[in-house]
Amino acid sequence: MSTADLDQKHPLDLESARIGVRKPEQRYDVQGDTPDEARVHAAMVNFVKDFGATAATYMESCIHCGQCAEACHFYVQTEDPRYTPIWKLEPFKQAYKREAGPFSLVYRLLGLKKKVTTAELKEWQELIYDSCTMCGRCTMICPMGIDIATLVGQARHGMFQAGIVPHELWSVAERAQREGSPLGATPSVFEERVEWMGDEHEVEMFIDKDKADVVLTMSSIEIQKYPESMAAIAKVMNHLGIDWTFRTDGYEATNFGLLSGNTAWQRDMSRKIVDAAKQCGAHTVILPECGHAYGALRWQAANLLGEKLPFRVLHVSEFLAEQVNSGRLKLRKVDKSATFHDPCQVSRRGGATQAPRDVLKALGVELREMENAGDYNWCCGGGGGVITIHRADPLRYKTFEIKMAQIDKTGAEVLLTSCSNCRQNFDDSQAHFHWDKTMHSLLELVADNLVEH
Amino acid sequence: MDLLEFARGPAMQWALILLVLGTCWRIAGIVFLKRKPDLSEPRSHGQMAGALRTIFSRSVPARAFRSRVLYSNLLGYTFHIGLAIVVFAYQPHILWFESILGFQWPALPNAVISVAAVVTLFSLVALLVKRLTSPVLRLISNFDDYFSWAVTVAPLVTGLMAVADVGFGLRYETLLAVHLLSVWLLFAWLPFGKLGHAFLVFLSRGTTGALFARRGART
Ligand code: HEM
Ligand code: SF4
Ligand code: SF4
Repeated sequence: MSTADLDQKHPLDLESARIGVRKPEQRYDVQGDTPDEARVHAAMVNFVKDFGATAATYMESCIHCGQCAEACHFYVQTEDPRYTPIWKLEPFKQAYKREAGPFSLVYRLLGLKKKVTTAELKEWQELIYDSCTMCGRCTMICPMGIDIATLVGQARHGMFQAGIVPHELWSVAERAQREGSPLGATPSVFEERVEWMGDEHEVEMFIDKDKADVVLTMSSIEIQKYPESMAAIAKVMNHLGIDWTFRTDGYEATNFGLLSGNTAWQRDMSRKIVDAAKQCGAHTVILPECGHAYGALRWQAANLLGEKLPFRVLHVSEFLAEQVNSGRLKLRKVDKSATFHDPCQVSRRGGATQAPRDVLKALGVELREMENAGDYNWCCGGGGGVITIHRADPLRYKTFEIKMAQIDKTGAEVLLTSCSNCRQNFDDSQAHFHWDKTMHSLLELVADNLVEH
Repeated sequence: MDLLEFARGPAMQWALILLVLGTCWRIAGIVFLKRKPDLSEPRSHGQMAGALRTIFSRSVPARAFRSRVLYSNLLGYTFHIGLAIVVFAYQPHILWFESILGFQWPALPNAVISVAAVVTLFSLVALLVKRLTSPVLRLISNFDDYFSWAVTVAPLVTGLMAVADVGFGLRYETLLAVHLLSVWLLFAWLPFGKLGHAFLVFLSRGTTGALFARRGART
């Protein structure tokens, strides 16, 4: 499939509850015309490429106890044993034992592990992409402490190089690399929408300042679907008197390089933000309400770029918590009960679980936590790129039933989260189930309740 | 050289050599791989503490998961503790350890050992039944899982047979030799398959504990 006719073949759908690539009439889940043998080779080479001691430890340690299944929403909701987290890595585990482990010679000589085939990799595409949000809940249950979510991320590196990526995920990633945004939020579209929000909400916007203390970034979901969040963050920054700017050369915080498994693209996408922030001498980059954007810039970017980042990286909920805790940001009391859905990459896998709770406390809401809220929270089921894949819809809705039951049980009046991808999954699922509850943004609630000086 | 002499001599030596060298090889094959420095700004520097904490804390499932894994955890605990009692607290075993290590420790009464051995055996059988009946376990299990199970069960069975002297006509010396050989098989296999978790568990839990502590995240 050539990229020239990508726009015809993969038109964007920016109208429905879940924005992304329109449902393809014919799926292309295999890219390029590499021969099968070469695909397997590419997959395995790229899987083991950044195989350090950490990944090897995990690969060696599994005792096949099966407990990880009990933590995964895809297994728990379907009881299909193929959704057992460690099984999602089976071809890669085999290849590792055969090609790279300490006893690989024995395995090869005695033919104990069969060579992985392209057919197997194609079969596993659904397990590595459609049915894993890389939420890391399984990591928390494994008695050997194996971080399965990280291994799935590495398996995606292999799958991308083999050209075995789900149609939609591949095409949005390709678009992101080409246009600077997976969802058509090109620099000029971004600039237009920032100005529009500035006018609409009468809030002063700063864009492409040469120097600024803080660079703000956005996710394309917000730019295209929840543009109010741009006004909200600007309002908070202006209120605090902070010297900030958006940059058209580094604004897109989502990283489909990461989600699809293309490390080179992932690095390019992170580099834009890093370069923009360096250019204007920022001491802080604030990431938007987006989960994987946090993982990408906060924990992975420095390692991909091979340099320490000369600025702080904060998720917007961390930034708000800092401001609230230091007393600089005063908020009006919101006299309602609320429940908070933890974005996996910010809470469980990012370590910022407390931040939104500090903000909620400052808002004075009556917080009604869901069962296992915080670090053991159930994933919404839409992360890791899963929400872009149309054929995964039935599975995603099935997993969402957990969330609805949990939230209904709290009886909270307001639903809040700090991830626009979770939020769009909630919107889409709300429509699907005709559910009576709507997800809201923590940031927007804060912006609506600033206490004027 | 009769079977017992063989078991007490060369067989034991080879088993111990495989146990030690295999363990070293497997650990070295992992820890000497490249380890890139992490350039992201840590939230916390308590990585050693994080590693240690997870090595202990992961022994008990988090509350969020407890009800879903209760049965397999109870069985797992029963057979590991039972096995440890049989291996380390039975008088003849302690004498063998003394011949290798040079010191000994108090033993438990034989009746306690027998009960522990039987309970251990039953819990291992229950784990096998679970492996054979649970769709998840059936799917993910391979040769290693069943072989390791058999290799763990064999010394228990042969040991109980030797103690009770029920050898279906075999002499006690032969029974004892078979028991010893089954233990050496366990030793020789331990480093290579999943039983390696006896040492890998520290590496693997520690790795995740340190990584997550760096991010200030809970494990
Ligand atoms: C420090 C020592 C050890 C630790 C912390 C440890 C931990 C564990 C854990 C957490 C499991 C999973 C239990 C489950 O399925 O719920 C397990 C399974 C197992 N362990 Fe160990 N273990 C240790 C030593 C050993 C030794 C020395 C042996 C054997 C001689 C052994 C044999 C087994 C077997 C056969 C299983 C699998 C049972 C099954 O599910 O079929 N372990 N171990
Ligand atoms: S990371 Fe989440 S979705 Fe993926 S296997 Fe683990 S629990 Fe399931
Ligand atoms: S919980 Fe851990 S050790 Fe058990 S099967 Fe899953 S990955 Fe393997």
